[in-house]
Amino acid sequence: MKRERNNQRCCTLRMAAAGLALTAALSVIFPGSPGFAGILSGRAGNAGMASVSAAESGEKVILRIANWEEYIDEGGWDEEEAIDLDDRAGTTILGENSMVEDFEEWYLKTYGVDVDVEYSTFGTNEDLYNQLTLGNDFDLVCPSEYMFMKLIAEDRLQPLSEHFFDEGDENNYYIRGVSDYIRNIFDTNTINGEPWSKYAAGYMWGTTGIVYNPDVISKEEASHWKVLADPKYKGQVTIKDNVRDSYFAALGILNEDALLEPDFLRSSDRLEQIAEVMNRTDEETVEEAEAILKQMKENAYSFESDSGKADMVTGKVLANYQWSGDAVYTLDQAEIDDYYLAYAVPEECTNVWFDGWVMLKDGIDGDAAKQHAAEAFMNFMSRPDNVVRNMYYIGYTSVIAGGDSDIIYAYADWCYGAEDDAQDTIEYPVGFFFSGDNSDEDYIITAQADQADRQLFAQYPPQDVLERAVVMQYFDQDNNERINQMWVNVRCFDLASLTWQDWAKISAVVIVLAAAAVIYKKRDKIRIS
Amino acid sequence: MFRFRFSRKQLCIPYVLFLVCFVILPLAVIVYYAFTDGSGRFTAANFLNFFTNGNTIGTLCYSAVIAVAVTAVCLLIAYPVAYVLARSGLKRAPVLLMLFILPMWINFTLRITALKEILTVIEGNLSLHPFLNTVIGMTYDYLPFMILPLYTTLLQLDQNLLEAAQDLGAGPASVFTRVTLPLSMPGIVSGITMTFLPAMTNYVILDMMYNSTYIMGSLIGSYFNIYDWNNGSMISLILFAVICIVSIITGGEDQDDAKNRGAVL
Repeated sequence: MKRERNNQRCCTLRMAAAGLALTAALSVIFPGSPGFAGILSGRAGNAGMASVSAAESGEKVILRIANWEEYIDEGGWDEEEAIDLDDRAGTTILGENSMVEDFEEWYLKTYGVDVDVEYSTFGTNEDLYNQLTLGNDFDLVCPSEYMFMKLIAEDRLQPLSEHFFDEGDENNYYIRGVSDYIRNIFDTNTINGEPWSKYAAGYMWGTTGIVYNPDVISKEEASHWKVLADPKYKGQVTIKDNVRDSYFAALGILNEDALLEPDFLRSSDRLEQIAEVMNRTDEETVEEAEAILKQMKENAYSFESDSGKADMVTGKVLANYQWSGDAVYTLDQAEIDDYYLAYAVPEECTNVWFDGWVMLKDGIDGDAAKQHAAEAFMNFMSRPDNVVRNMYYIGYTSVIAGGDSDIIYAYADWCYGAEDDAQDTIEYPVGFFFSGDNSDEDYIITAQADQADRQLFAQYPPQDVLERAVVMQYFDQDNNERINQMWVNVRCFDLASLTWQDWAKISAVVIVLAAAAVIYKKRDKIRIS
Repeated sequence: MFRFRFSRKQLCIPYVLFLVCFVILPLAVIVYYAFTDGSGRFTAANFLNFFTNGNTIGTLCYSAVIAVAVTAVCLLIAYPVAYVLARSGLKRAPVLLMLFILPMWINFTLRITALKEILTVIEGNLSLHPFLNTVIGMTYDYLPFMILPLYTTLLQLDQNLLEAAQDLGAGPASVFTRVTLPLSMPGIVSGITMTFLPAMTNYVILDMMYNSTYIMGSLIGSYFNIYDWNNGSMISLILFAVICIVSIITGGEDQDDAKNRGAVL
């Protein structure tokens, strides 16, 4: 999940800084005690269970998981909340207990081993990374794709076992249920020659696009990145307060003409070409992006990490650069007040993002029982009924299509299918995600016509959107530094932007203040003489 | 045989421990990071980087301008308030004072959120006046920190001194400039230190007020966010030095004024 909260970010940052300072200081004093960070966070006990398999010794397996805040079903549903699905088996979904408790129970029942999940949450990918750097605190974490790419590049992840990919085992819900579209991305994207799928199992995914008020902004306007920099909407558009997303939007504006050229649209390797264009990090591109971002900064309502949703719902802004999961949330919230917003994905291209489960080498530390539990947790999260529970709770889209089970499609239909007697409906194909074939008649949702621009569109983008959706690669050290420097340049006050009139005003104020101070200081002497 | 004997010195042990763990050690770590590069070798590059990078200087200036504006506005509002509360003999002065302090009991993000809504009603679109809004937000947040020390100092002001000045022929204006103002200097100085320094770094209010230009706090945060702890630490350290210098200067003035007071009296 990519939600952040300003105040939380501030607090966690401060706490992290304080904690960092303290632990670093202590490790300086006590070198050779790597578990110190663990002691401080009260987790010293499980750091050293390296070689002895917990199951053999009859101990509990302890699994330390870190996930985004509010990114898993916490149970406690009312009876009325139960979801009666229209699938073949007529499943009813009800989250009674939290997902973590259900997992512990299921694991004991299925594998006869007691597992104790220590579940914690983090607010940003960077917070998580800093925590991983400070100590061995987690076995299984769920960062966004660029962060697990970084972790793969740094060789800090434990590869998934061969058994995890065995479709013959009926408990391997992930590999049996993951959408072919997602599976293909995880297999073909590589870091140092290793595919993502060697280390990572997807959890939630989505696109980036623009939430807009269709009464003021036309769909056509909202379907181009340049709406984010349009002087017509000065002070009425929000942009993401993080360099990766904003840089992507700037590149979208920069390359608009090239990306929309008719020849380009027809070319057979369009997706590869978009990926190349949108992952450019050469100096010239970065400089041009900087100029665009500076203009966007002047034009925007704000750079936001969480406030954009509320500002959109309350009507303070007209358009909002958003991740599809949060777009669904924004649209839902606005709908409560009978305020109808829409979501558009730019015609040029979009960014397809993922949050995925990865195991840490340090955490697993060769403990086969622990790795088994971690992989079972990923599978349990991918069991179709659990997928529905999580999706209902979080509002994001799972990477799981369901495989043999039709529960997840039935849930999409339950969410967006129109009433039988509804007027003005459309046939919305979602086969591209569910079966790999967009024309598959089993996967066509009959929905209200407006859903083609709204929640359904955000949650299950149509094939033409996915044909222009590219992964944003992880930048290597040099490129990362250049792009971060560019971002700081955009955000900092530039003294060179002051005109000589400004300087004159500033000097005048300083002189007046200085004179006042001198007169006040010398008042006695003036009087005496 | 060893016998534990309690002495007053032992009372300071928790305090010393606290100081070492939470003040001295973190500071040492910051100094260590500030003067090393990513691989732990000594370097002065971070230091030079601060002064050669237009961004850091620009940000320092921008933060300083915000902080000066906030401090000045706070002082202009707080002094009359504190003066009236402390000197006019109002029966309910403590209650009134409490009303000014009361907002501090509510979490500041809540207060700023409320303020944002009010300003939106007044201004229409907040993003058009980011600087003004930041100053308003910070003034709102820091005003109690300015009022409290001023109130305390003015309350302790010896009425006899004011009467003596009047007896010696000073009009109300010169009583104020020659007696009240110099004697309230310690309050002014501590008020300034309590508002100026946080105003330079509190980027949460800045963010919440939709000001997308960095101040020192956000700049440090941005370096930490990209794992550049070395440059981030160096900026923190230099900011710390700036703060020390400001404190020494204002503290020095305080002593001057003490001497001046002696001369006047």
